[in-house]
Amino acid sequence: MKLHIVIVEPDETRARLVIDSLLPLGHQVTVIGEGAGLARRVREIAPDIVLIDMANPSRDTLEEMALAAGPMDRPVAFFVDRTDGDLTRQAIEAGVSAYVIDGLQPDRVAAVMDAAIARFQMFQRMRRELETTRRALEERKLIDRAKGIVMKARGVSEEEAYALMRKTAMDQGRKVADVAGAIVTAAGLLS
Amino acid sequence: MNSAPLRIGFVPLLDMAPLAIAHELGFAQAEGLALELRPAPSWSSLRDMLLWGQVEAAHILAPLPVAMALGLGGAVARVDILQNLSMNGVVIGVSTALADALRAAGHGFGFDDAHRAAADLARVAPARLRIGVPFPFSTQAALVDYWLRHTPLSWDLCTIPPPRMAEALAAGEIDAFCVGEPWGSLAVETGAGALLLPSRAIWAAAPEKVLAARHDWVGDNPERTASLMRAVWRAGKWLCDRGNRQVASELLARPDYVNAPVDLLDRALRGEMVLSARGELRKVSGMIRFHEGAATFPWRSQAAWFASVLAARHGLDAAAAMASAKAICRTELYRRNLRGVGADLPGASEKLEGALEHPTAVASERGAMILPADRFFDGHIFDPEAH
Repeated sequence: MKLHIVIVEPDETRARLVIDSLLPLGHQVTVIGEGAGLARRVREIAPDIVLIDMANPSRDTLEEMALAAGPMDRPVAFFVDRTDGDLTRQAIEAGVSAYVIDGLQPDRVAAVMDAAIARFQMFQRMRRELETTRRALEERKLIDRAKGIVMKARGVSEEEAYALMRKTAMDQGRKVADVAGAIVTAAGLLS
Repeated sequence: MNSAPLRIGFVPLLDMAPLAIAHELGFAQAEGLALELRPAPSWSSLRDMLLWGQVEAAHILAPLPVAMALGLGGAVARVDILQNLSMNGVVIGVSTALADALRAAGHGFGFDDAHRAAADLARVAPARLRIGVPFPFSTQAALVDYWLRHTPLSWDLCTIPPPRMAEALAAGEIDAFCVGEPWGSLAVETGAGALLLPSRAIWAAAPEKVLAARHDWVGDNPERTASLMRAVWRAGKWLCDRGNRQVASELLARPDYVNAPVDLLDRALRGEMVLSARGELRKVSGMIRFHEGAATFPWRSQAAWFASVLAARHGLDAAAAMASAKAICRTELYRRNLRGVGADLPGASEKLEGALEHPTAVASERGAMILPADRFFDGHIFDPEAH
């Protein structure tokens, strides 16, 4: 029997990647983007499994729905209640939560979760790399601004300004970016 | 000594302040602890991080460990309450449209009368009021239900993570909200709504967030637990000093903590609330407490109150639920670990809730404990032994 899986994911590219990993298992997959109507849409679709990024703030909406499931609704059980601990731990570390319909066979859930976990681990790597790049870019901008301030204040060349900042950083056991930050803040206060 | 950082989860809110202060002002370091504070986007994610060991301890909604103790909402491990982090600090707000209707109906926005606010709201509210709360197991959900249960109003509670509350109000997803600061004030600032009441107009001394940890972790790490409790307690005491408020707001405003404007954080810390874009100012004493009035003691009677509310909502046996809730309040650890740092310790670990009309001196080890007024707006007194 085919399972119907819902992915709650506003980013189309990411949603597509999760779909690609689940389709080979022969299941039907529907994507719901962000939105106020999340709970209503999930109810209408009545899926067997809902997958959502743990970092998605809409997750609490699903939580509420799972708690509120009345006798007329399809029973929604928590994934964490039903499957083995290792799988759950891996899922949480990968940043994905799953809501699973009560009574679904554990091995069927496990196959879906294995595929989803692999995908979300990849997302986490990508997110970390993006964060590292972003931080490097910000530090670079900060250092450039501080260099400009030092050049103007001391009447030195760009190379000399950078050398001064690097020496200060080494003397104080700090990062050049931290020294640059202090210069920019101080300049802002004194101007 | 174990030097690995202690990971503590939090949801961005003013009342996570004791953790940020313990970390930033060296109270943790003085205990030989390195803290790693990890923000969570939602309460369910934070709960899972705590249950599955991604964090050792957490800043968590007071009723949430109680719900877990009752087996509600996917609990897989016992979580204990080590101490309370904050008291009050919550506001109820309405959309600009509802605020206008309330004004037209003569509501004066006195910001202190829960009876009046409910009665006036009942005259102008839509057939079913949609009220945003941060989580099904929250002080906010419990207080809204308690406040409105004997009114003609019909309402639905909608779960919305605190930082999103103002946005949800502006988008018309909800008509009103009950949320921790500064997210209520953000709705005022963005013009989405107006504040109607502080939560303390419903329950004058409501426990809000607690410091919670897994029961097995606490058992395996008595020293780290004690160090953490002392550092956090000292941070709460520091926050109690008026002179420190400005520094606290500046620190908390940072992106890695609450990520909100300094002056919004300042409002609840000072107890000077701006109600709407019109600029009405209301002073609220005890708007949020981190220390004074035994705010950090994990009263078993407060856990029992939440248990009685949850038992009624989910059809559980009230007496059994209250007994389970009391058992997770580690009052004995509080006494053992904080006696040495100067914390005053109450003679009892539970009390009648709602019995104090005025601040009242009670028996304590140092004889100097003054409990704040703690009345419920309807005058009800909750006896944790009565069921």
